[in-house]
Formats: sequence, structure tokens, C-alpha cells
Amino acid sequence: MSQSKMKTVVISVNGVEHTVQVEPRMLLSDVLRDELGLTGTHVGCEHGICGACTVIMDGRPVRSCLVFGVQADRAEILTVEGLAGPDGTLHPLQAAFWEKHGLQCGFCTPGVLISAYHFLKENPHPTRDEIREGISGNLCRCTGYQSIVDAVELAAEWLDRERKSKSGSSTAQTGKEVNV
Amino acid sequence: MSIGASVKRIEDPRLLTGKGRYVGDIRLPDQCEAVILRSPHAHAKILGINTEKAKNLPDVLMVLTGRDLPPDLPPIPMRLSPDQSLEKALQFPLANEKVRYVGEPVALVVATTRYTAEDAADLIEVLYEPLPAVTNVYQSVQPDTILLHPDMGSNDLFFIHSQKGSVDEQLKKCPYVLEEELYIQRHSGIPMETRGLLAVVEEDGRLTVYGPTKVVHFNRQILARLLGKQPSDIHFVETDVGGGFGPRGEFYPEDYLIPYAALCLKRPVRWIEDRLEHMKATNHSREQKHRVVVGFDETGRIHAVRNEIFVDTGAYIRTHGITVPALTQGMFPGPYDIAALECKTHVVATNKTPVGTYRGPGRFEGTFVRERIIDMVAKKLNLDPTVVRERNLIRPEQMPYSNGISALGEEIEYDSGDFPLLLDTARRAMDWEGFGERKAKARMEGRLIGLGFAMFVEKSGLGPWEYGEVEILENGEVACKTGLADVGQGVKTMLAQICSHQLGIPYSKVHVIHGDTDKVEKGHGSFATRGTVVGGSAVWLASEALKRKMLKVAAERFRLPADELDLKDQCVIQTSNGRNLCTFEAILAECREGGVSLRESFTFSIDHMSYPSGIHAAEVEVDPETGKVTIEKYFIAYDIGRAINPMLVRGQLVGGMAQGLGGTFFEEFRYDENGQLLTGTFMDYLIPSSMEVPDIEVEILEHSPSPLNPLGVKGAGEGGTVAVAPAVANAIMNALNDLNDASLEITSLPIRAEVIRKAIKQEAVRNREVKA
Repeated sequence: MSQSKMKTVVISVNGVEHTVQVEPRMLLSDVLRDELGLTGTHVGCEHGICGACTVIMDGRPVRSCLVFGVQADRAEILTVEGLAGPDGTLHPLQAAFWEKHGLQCGFCTPGVLISAYHFLKENPHPTRDEIREGISGNLCRCTGYQSIVDAVELAAEWLDRERKSKSGSSTAQTGKEVNV
Repeated sequence: MSIGASVKRIEDPRLLTGKGRYVGDIRLPDQCEAVILRSPHAHAKILGINTEKAKNLPDVLMVLTGRDLPPDLPPIPMRLSPDQSLEKALQFPLANEKVRYVGEPVALVVATTRYTAEDAADLIEVLYEPLPAVTNVYQSVQPDTILLHPDMGSNDLFFIHSQKGSVDEQLKKCPYVLEEELYIQRHSGIPMETRGLLAVVEEDGRLTVYGPTKVVHFNRQILARLLGKQPSDIHFVETDVGGGFGPRGEFYPEDYLIPYAALCLKRPVRWIEDRLEHMKATNHSREQKHRVVVGFDETGRIHAVRNEIFVDTGAYIRTHGITVPALTQGMFPGPYDIAALECKTHVVATNKTPVGTYRGPGRFEGTFVRERIIDMVAKKLNLDPTVVRERNLIRPEQMPYSNGISALGEEIEYDSGDFPLLLDTARRAMDWEGFGERKAKARMEGRLIGLGFAMFVEKSGLGPWEYGEVEILENGEVACKTGLADVGQGVKTMLAQICSHQLGIPYSKVHVIHGDTDKVEKGHGSFATRGTVVGGSAVWLASEALKRKMLKVAAERFRLPADELDLKDQCVIQTSNGRNLCTFEAILAECREGGVSLRESFTFSIDHMSYPSGIHAAEVEVDPETGKVTIEKYFIAYDIGRAINPMLVRGQLVGGMAQGLGGTFFEEFRYDENGQLLTGTFMDYLIPSSMEVPDIEVEILEHSPSPLNPLGVKGAGEGGTVAVAPAVANAIMNALNDLNDASLEITSLPIRAEVIRKAIKQEAVRNREVKA
């Protein structure tokens, strides 16, 4: 591909601005993974069904395999790498997935986390059925979803507690450790 | 006491934060990308391939066809159940004169980027002469059908025959004989991560391959043989793996082609299978036809079963050899004590993707057939199907029990199990006793509900051996090496718990090292639900040996007999009174001072498999208008002897059930008569989503520990999958049974709502006609 056909894209991912030169046909998933090295976003089907590549783009979840990199010019993207705190503290969703065995192979997990993150923002007090619907755009082949639903339910509870205690303190309560 | 605790997994924090390292995540300097050109024809002669245009495209580094590979290159060998007579049906990495299925590799392109490699693949011109395609096993075995492998002399590639007693003699005595043909459709594991490999030639000339899994040591030997190298010239590195389920980790054509390309180019070559490719390139599984003859008496006691099985093995024999067919018939009898059994299995070639193992290979198929038959017998006699089951079960006092059929080189001998207990557990959990009343009430409300059961025996712990090594590091933490592979099942946590239990340290201090042929001396790998049984036992015994060494040092220091000491809570304790004698660190220091090596290894060998057993039960509601089936309640009881981590066992069962449910209702690789795959995307090959899989109740039983290993464990990996289809089918038939409809009998998978709807509607029409 000759340089003249390359496009310049300015893209903010997890709060960090990047300027990249990409072919117009390059998928956002490939931009994130290959150009920016953010390999937490996974590609499971490249036809928009499995949801593994889900990221938040300007506040809405998108399949990054169905978006061209050039479409993300000047967009703000959130990927799984941006969920945990700067000190590595797990986001309550991540902690809840750990607690409830919400993952096995972990390949679909980044996409599930991102979908659930957006879902809980829209619906902070969901029923189990609503959670099932909320994550139905993400295929998981290992868990059978039950533990994912458990995890999202627990995260909703923790996030709620966090919101209520926020007036007093800003410390994140991410859940208890299991004693060994 | 770490064994038996539902602790959180040590695998998870990396995977939750996007720090996992799957093969597609690795970037090496100068890395280039490979793409495979695949056959669009199910059966055709290759008359010529023109690669000129592709080679001339800028940034294309290499284009290979079958003719470019070494002329003495052997085909990909069988790993399991090898049989010499099948060698003429093995697959070469690239097709030479003929292609035999849609998706067969024809050429390899390497370019600096994936995008360019795909452009180049489009420029390759292949001239094919299409041949008639064989897509059905019955058609395939007809004498006038074209042969896929003329050197084999027949498309009926292999025949397995096993029997116990005389079916003909027993049938003569039976007042009832039932004959049925049942069909299990083609589907497969479909892990969320497709396959991928990255091969690189290191400066010292050694070859490193990232991406192999499941059986890395074995596959390294195969690759060495195909490349004409020594296994020590090759370094396999298992990365994180996005799901195994059987198909992933076998040796495929690409497992040769990508390392070969890297050796030719002296550059790192990466290949990531795309999903559309995966659907036709990676092993399919399951497709079988069963013709069953069953003889029984008026009490429901079954005396004779004959099953003639036709396994659609696809276009080539792949690495599993005849494992799936052999297991199908070996495990077909399930939990029942039947006087006369005969299984005749044909392994038949067709112009479809070759098949291999998928979670519960042979058992998903055989359990569907067997457990449907039990309900058909009950229906014929108007008996309670759970009573028919009860009357035929092997009793606990008959253990160990040999079912008279052999598989994987050994006669199937169940080591332990209490099958009546399983049945009672499920009847109670589902309130079978009160179901009649609930059903009648639902019927009054115009609702059709039904309850079905399916029992099964699984197998686990395939030998011959596994390797484990445990070493206490300078910082007091533990390195545990295993020959097992991690395909997402939680093997690291399981082994860490086992080490922790022996050594009295937190499991989080155990670092499990696996899948790296330079770091782990040897191994057999993760397949056939063998990990915890064989690999867990190896680590248990290695840790125990290490503990004994340490306690010997402690015994001398405290002048106490070593067998009165133990390691607990990071201390040496006296077992009689629980007295804390010294810390773990103190005894480590003492060992080091005395020059005692803090490393032990153990190779655990095992001759016989262990057999977990279980039951599934489903309560369903059938919509009389649409035929749609909703699962209202689903229950699994599984006796695995001992659970190392019940939370992980539960995860295996629930996740396994979801895959079984896919095979019951949704998933099917359907082909047209020309051998074209019609369901090659996730838009038509449907994997269950969170909307289809119900919440599942699981009861883990530890009633029948295996006497064959020191932990008493049996494997938990496959029991969630194997009995879903018959449990659900039996529930649907139960829901419809008082419609007196003899025209519907569920004998094939997947179960389609339209078939159920049609049966209900026909019945309604018939009833109206009767009334008129």
C-alpha cells in the first residue's frame, strides 16, 4: 500500500491520544491490536456476531471488527485495558467475574466485560433476565453464561454500594477475598 | 486444606485485564502473515495452479503449492488409535492431485501483512475438474459410488466389531423387539478463539512455535518427523488458549505449513485462522447414524441390543484415528446391564471436512441413542421410564463391572459407581412423584409440559502416564511443572490446590508451568478428561515425596517420628496434638543447610480409565402453536468421586451443558448434495447465547471415588454435555405423550421446533376429523 493511500487517524483510547497511519480498509479491531498493541480486544468471528471485539466508541458499544479504523477518527474508545484503575485495582465487574468464575478460557471475556459495563451504566439495577438480554450479543463457549449472569448481578450490587458510599469516601469497594 | 475448596482461579486476573497472551497477541520483529487458499470444491482433480500474479504482487514473500513441498513428505499421522490399514486415507498438508472437501488447503501465501496475503490468495488461479461428491454415508458405501481414496478399495474405510453374548439367541426369547434408526448431526467444538500459530527460526537455528496446545510434546514429535528434524531442534510454546473442546490442538495441515514457511523464509510467520475458515478447516465431529435392534420383556427388562453404526468421518482420517468410533461403541451400553450386546461400526469416508473428537466424543451420540431407546421401550409398555431405567441398571454390588465391549485398547471396566442413587437423586430433585399432578394441571390451562431423564457413564483418566514436578523456589514459593495443557479449564488452579494441600501453603504461592517443551521435560497433555486424574495424581505424588523429604528433616530436628508430622498452614505440626513445631520457612532453611534438594518429580502411570457417572433431567414446556421448547428446569447430578474445586466442576458442567444444548437444538454443519457447506458462519451455525441457556442446577456427588488413583478423582469435563439431547428429547416426548400421537418420535438431531409443531398440528387435525 503506497503511503499516499494511507489515512491519518487520531484516536483516543482509554484516555490516551494516538495518531496512526492506516489503510482505509483496516478494521478498528486491527488498528487497536496491530497498530496500538492493545491486544486485550479479541477477534472471534470478524463478522459481527460473537461480540469478542466489543469496545465502547463515543459512549456506545460497537463491534470493532465492523468498524473501519478511519471511522474512529477523533473518537474516544474504551477497551478492556481501560477498565481497571491506574494502580491496577480491578473494576468491580472484573472483581465480580473473578469471584463468580465468570470466565474460563478468557477469550470472550473482554467483550463481555465491555458489554456488561455499558449495560450496567444504562440499567444499574437489572434483573437476571435483563442481564441475560444485556449480554446476549456476546457469545461464550465455556461458561454456559450462568456464572456470567451471577457476576454481573454481583457487580451491580457492588457498584450500587460504591455509589451510595461515594458521598463519604471515594475508595472503590471491589469485593471480598475468598479465604484459602 | 485446599482440596475441596471453591477458591478463585489463579488464571483470572491477567485474563480479566486484557493481559492474556493468546497466539494472535504476539508480535515479533519482521513478522509476516500467512493465508491459506482452500478448495471451493468438495471433490475435484487439480489440473493446474497458476501462482504468477500472486507472486508478483508487492510485499508477497512466498506462495507454495503441493508441488513445492518436499517430495518425500509423509502425510499427517494418527496420534490415537493408529491403524496401519488407514494410512492410505491420511491427509497431506497441501492437496496434490485431488481435493476431497470444501476447505482443503491448496496453497499457502505469505506476505508482510494479512491484508496483502489475502489479496494475493485471490490472485491464485486453480483449474479444477469437478468429480461427483459423496455426502451421505449410505450413498458412500454403495458399490457404484466413486471412491475418495481408490487405494483403500472402499469408502467403508474401517470396521469395528465387538460383542458380548448372543444377540440372536436373546432376541428369540424376547416378546418385544424394537427397531429404530437414529441420527446425530454434524457439529463441533467451535472455540471462541480460532486456531493460530506463530513460527520463528531462532538465531541458533532452532525453531520456536507458539500456539500449539493440548498435546505439545506429541505434536512436536510429529512436526520433527515431517520436517526431518530432531524433536530437540523444536521448541513448542503454549500460549493462552481460547477454548479447546477437542478440535483444538490436534496436528493439522497448518501445523506443518507455518513452521515450514518460517524455515524457508527465515522470518517469523504467523497464521491466524479466520472464522469462516475455521468452520470448514477445523475438525467437525458427531455425525453418525445408528440402526438399533432392541429385545425386551413385559417388565421393561432389556435382554439384547444390536447397534450398527455408520460414522461419517469426512474426507480423511485425522489424528484421532478411530478413537471416536471405538469410543462410541465401547461406551454405548452406558449404565445398563444387558445380557447380549453387539456393536458393528463402519467408518465411512465422505466429501466433507474430516472429523475428530468433540467434548464427549461417541458418548453424546451413543447416549442420545440409548436413552431415547429406554423411553421408547417405556412408551411401548406404558411404563414409567425411570422404572425401566431402574430395572436395567448395573447394581453397585456388581462393581467393578465389565460391559464386554472394548475401546481404546482396553475392555471397558467401570471402576465404581452407584447408578440407582443417581436416578433417585434426580427423581427427587425434579419432584418426579408430583409431576403427574403438575402436568395434568398445566394441561387444564392449555399448557404442554414434560419431564425427561437421561443417564450416562463417562470415561476419564486415560493413561498411559503423566508427568509432574514440584520445586520449592528461593523465595519459598513453589514451581509446579506439568505435562498437561491449559485450554481454559482451570488446570493451573487445580494443580496449585493439589500442591497446596500436600505442602500446607496457600495455593496462590504455586506457579504452574505447562505447555513449554523446553521447560517441561515430558508430557501427554490435556484430552480425554485426563488432566486431574492423571496429571493431578502425578503432582500429588511429587508433592508428597517432597513433603516426606522435608518432614524427615523436621523429624530429626524435633526427635519425633516423621509419620507423626505434617505440613499445615505454612508450619510443621505434630499431628497427634496439632502443636505447631516450626514455620515452613524454618524447615526450608534447615533443608537447604543440610543440602536436601527441594525438588521432586513423579511420572504417574495408569492402565485403566476411571468412569464417572451421572444423570440429566429436563422439565420443558412446548408451545403448541409454534413448537418452541422452553426449558423450565434443568438438573445435573454427577458422581466424580472427589471434587478438587467444586466451583470449577460446576463451571465445567454448566458450560458443557450449554454445548450439549447447542447440539440438541441449534448447531449443525449442513451440506448440500454437492458437498457445499451451507452453515459456515455464525449467522447460520448457531451457538447458544445467554438467551437460550437456562440456569442449571448441579449436584456434585462424591459417592464413588475411583480406586485407581491416589486422589480418588474422576474427570468432570464431559459429563455436562453428553446427556442433554436425550434428556430434552425425552421431556418433549413426555409433554406430547397424552396427545396419543404415534407419528412423532424424536430420532434425529437437532430437534427443530417446526417438526414438533407439525406433529402437534397433525394431531389436532386428526382429532377434529375423529370428532367430526
